[in-house]
Amino acid sequence: MSAASPVEVEPTLTPDEITFLAKPWVTLVWDDPVNLMSYVSFVFQKYFGYDKAKAEKLMLEVHTEGRSAVSTGTREEMERDVQAMHEYGLWATMEKAS
Amino acid sequence: MARVVSGFEHHRKSDRVIATFTGFEADLLRSLASQMVELLRNERAEPPAPTADPFEALMAEFSGATSPPEDPVLARLFPTAYPHDDEAASDFRRFTETGLRDGKAAASGLLIDTLEEAGLPPELTEEGLVIDVELTRDEAETWMRAFTDIRLALATRLGVEAGDEDYWHSLPDDDPRAQAHDIYEWVGYLQETVVEALTS
Repeated sequence: MSAASPVEVEPTLTPDEITFLAKPWVTLVWDDPVNLMSYVSFVFQKYFGYDKAKAEKLMLEVHTEGRSAVSTGTREEMERDVQAMHEYGLWATMEKAS
Repeated sequence: MARVVSGFEHHRKSDRVIATFTGFEADLLRSLASQMVELLRNERAEPPAPTADPFEALMAEFSGATSPPEDPVLARLFPTAYPHDDEAASDFRRFTETGLRDGKAAASGLLIDTLEEAGLPPELTEEGLVIDVELTRDEAETWMRAFTDIRLALATRLGVEAGDEDYWHSLPDDDPRAQAHDIYEWVGYLQETVVEALTS
């Protein structure tokens, strides 16, 4: 059993840092020679709800850079995203945001 | 393989994604999807390493795979989620791979069922058979995922690499690898037309 106790909020922590600490993981999608550019862009729009411009930008990043960080969030959220990408046949991994 | 190349279209009035296949094409798609289902069901997940701990051994029987599949196609369909953390990677695999396998088998299964409901007989004998397929948006998306899995499988078996089209087209027509590559390209074309139909 526990009791609530008064907690002092760390005054030096800014809201941005709090958000950052809560979202330290990224989902990476890697380039492969098989998946169609149109399909990858479709998947990013459909699953993540990104608009066409953002989906195409990420897709092109995968294509030209070899990989792209397509989402950021908690470890659990990223595991869901990676699993969904595998469902769609995309090559996805996850790691701690650097 | 002489054929008129057709693909999927969006039918505005019914909001269906439609395509017409020859009996030969439909039979070929069914064969590819059946092979995918068989592959997904056949190679059972790697058994976990034997352990001295009886509880762990008992649990291992009920849990999913922990190491990547040996078959390169399955390894591509179920990539390692944590490339730098073996323990997290096995946990992820244990909790996701069975469900992913079932989902992919179901997608290829839907493709087979749709073709058979549209009139594809168990054995293709009739000449000039035409199979009309009408898909809801959800069904079309499932077909699209099945196409992806089939293309990943063909490409992995063939060793397809980026920018190698000239090599494949330089092979003699009667080379079985050239024929398999033609099928790979055809399924890619079909997939492209589904994406277009769904985004139009």
